[in-house]
Amino acid sequence: MRPSESFPKVKYLYGPVATIFASTKTGSWRILRPVIQQEKCTRCGTCAKHCPLDVIEVDRGNKEKEVVIDFEYCKGCGICANVCPRKCIEMVPERGVK
Amino acid sequence: MDGNAAAAEAMRLARVQVISAYPITPQSPIAEKLADFVAEGSLKAKYVRVESEHTAMSVAIGAQLTGVRACTATSSVGLALMHEVLGVASGCRLPIVMAVVNRSLASPWSLWCDHQDSMAERDSGWLQFYAEDPQEVLDYLLIAYRVAEDPRVLLPAMVCMDGFFVSHTPAVVLVPEQETVDSFLPPYNPANLYLDPDDPMFVNDLTPPSDYTEMRYQHKVAFEEAFKVITEVQEEFFRLFRRRYSFIETYKCDDADVVLVTLGSMSGTAKYVVNELRAKGYKVGVLKIVVFRPFPADQIRNALKHVPVIGVMDRSAGLGAEGGPVWIEVSRALSGLEPMPKVAGFVGGLGGRDLAPHVIEKAFRNLIDIKEGKIEMRQGSKWIDVREDAMKIREVKVNV
Amino acid sequence: MYEMMTQAKGLVSHGISTCHGCGLELAVRHILSVLGPRTIIVIPPGCAALFSGFGKETAVKIAGIQGNLENTAAIAAGIRAGLEMKGIEDVTVLALAGDGATVDIGLQALSGVFERGDRILYVCYDNEAYMNTGIQASGSTPLMAWTTTTPGKKPVWRKDMLKIAAAHRIPYVASASVGYIDDLRKKIAKAKEAKGPAYIHLQTPCPTGWGFDPSRTIELARLAVQTRSWPLVEIVDGRVEITVKVDKPRPVSEYLSMQRRFAHLTQEEIDLIQQNVNKDYQELERMKT
Repeated sequence: MRPSESFPKVKYLYGPVATIFASTKTGSWRILRPVIQQEKCTRCGTCAKHCPLDVIEVDRGNKEKEVVIDFEYCKGCGICANVCPRKCIEMVPERGVK
Repeated sequence: MDGNAAAAEAMRLARVQVISAYPITPQSPIAEKLADFVAEGSLKAKYVRVESEHTAMSVAIGAQLTGVRACTATSSVGLALMHEVLGVASGCRLPIVMAVVNRSLASPWSLWCDHQDSMAERDSGWLQFYAEDPQEVLDYLLIAYRVAEDPRVLLPAMVCMDGFFVSHTPAVVLVPEQETVDSFLPPYNPANLYLDPDDPMFVNDLTPPSDYTEMRYQHKVAFEEAFKVITEVQEEFFRLFRRRYSFIETYKCDDADVVLVTLGSMSGTAKYVVNELRAKGYKVGVLKIVVFRPFPADQIRNALKHVPVIGVMDRSAGLGAEGGPVWIEVSRALSGLEPMPKVAGFVGGLGGRDLAPHVIEKAFRNLIDIKEGKIEMRQGSKWIDVREDAMKIREVKVNV
Repeated sequence: MYEMMTQAKGLVSHGISTCHGCGLELAVRHILSVLGPRTIIVIPPGCAALFSGFGKETAVKIAGIQGNLENTAAIAAGIRAGLEMKGIEDVTVLALAGDGATVDIGLQALSGVFERGDRILYVCYDNEAYMNTGIQASGSTPLMAWTTTTPGKKPVWRKDMLKIAAAHRIPYVASASVGYIDDLRKKIAKAKEAKGPAYIHLQTPCPTGWGFDPSRTIELARLAVQTRSWPLVEIVDGRVEITVKVDKPRPVSEYLSMQRRFAHLTQEEIDLIQQNVNKDYQELERMKT
């Protein structure tokens, strides 16, 4: 390891500034959880397109791959269930879901 | 060249790149002249013809953040309109330099000089210089750029000149060579906060209570650093341009037993009165404050520690306070001296009233009387040029 | 510069403290995904300031500044001027402000930008009140809507910001909706290429302020368009186009009845709103080329 790597150069900025890209774990807000009926889903991607948090992964048209929601962030707003053209997302109470 | 022309010339010499200015009397000639420079091509800059002073300062903030030298100029209510964004410029530590042509604040409406506009901004976190004449306007602006942009300082600066008395009064101004200015003032290199897509940061987001105090403290430390930097820059300025400046200018103070503290164009008149009074045997002097922010308390204390009676002429009313703001700060700077000098305050020259020799002399006579024990010094500032009929100037007929 | 403490697919962090079902949050992701990383964003205090960040942390990967409530357009103009002097042409300067910061306190600075022709992209996210401070009425709050400062109902019309913008003869003006994402993305892409100021007035339904279930944000946004309450138009160099045609409009009452802020409306008031919607749409059709 070169010295510059073990002792990275630092400098200090003065005044109000943010230099860290970070997130809040908004998953803890969730009261309702979206549950996707994977077999009924056509992978059209409408849910992903309208998710305000952009936390739904859809491989469009690929039935082999399951739709995945990142529950670390999902607030459980239910927009995905509302916009789903096949109505294959159900919002279920968070309690009782493992 | 008058003060306004000197200001525009200084900004051209500083090679400002973005100009945002809104016309207001008596600053308008600066806005016009800079527009001319850009139009004729003698200054390579973008002129943003803004729709208000608030926008003028906001544009300067945005521009400076991209790493260019931005400038603007204003007066009076224009400066007051900028108030909110002056704090953003200084809080984000952006070294924007602005010429302020001092004019009274409304109301009453007045087009003419006093210092209430810039005094109202004395806590806005900007450096403040006060010029006595057009030469000082030009020189202080160049100095201000260097000080403001110094990485130890990073504070915006206003260079103030008295409306009409300096802004519109022609005087001989030595305009330095561009090459010399270039060697004094290298291109602006943003080292602190900036907006660059290749090196992004988010400037001016919400700051929690756990950091706010520290950022204010950084700001305070910058003013402390400014003392050192201003001294260095003034020294270098002297080396290159042969004109020596300091935080204060003393005139015949060494053996004086009465000194009047002044700001801006009244200083010239005060020096003239000092010569008159000295011819009559009075040991009087003048101390002109050049840099008001940071406030040079040590320099004032050192220069006046031997003087038993000191007067301070405020060109703003200090409404609701015990006296004018300059008097309050000078009094504070001198407190603790042994023996404690008598520090008398004066308020005068408001709303364009001339601080003519006879008014300044009246102040000196008052101080001499205090010195000789003929009168007691009164607490608070004495209104030196107020008319006796002050309370009866708008007479109307009423039906009883 | 940014130290990456979290992963994100796009330019915006995934976890942001906007309300459940926030229309703005969806909009910001799509706007920045179209504009790309060579964008400098200006955000005033307001709901969008949640994207600016807090303390050391921000929620966007691009360069940005939070200005004051009334100077979003002015700071953006300054940034453009600075970039121009530095010879940087490929950067989009995006001003993203709410309706209060746009149609009320920031209107003067925005008008200045329009008149001077400064090349900035200004997106007004319109949630139709001062939502971040707690649902106070703005100049963009619709007639008859309840807010905390119009506790009865707002007795006056909202400002027609599209017409105000268009009256400045700027090259690009459009309305948009989070209910029509493809339309929004197309407009952002077009606005980015405008040779002068571009203005997009984007309706972002606010579940908290309007009083509807957060899951219905998109449904409601679409209903606003389908009832012709929020026509989607584009005004390019003065030519008016309706980008999403609504040939068989649904009754405005459907849109209004979904929102608690209109819960107190009488049938007469609903009729008045319907008449006005009809009139405005007819006028729009007359204007279009």
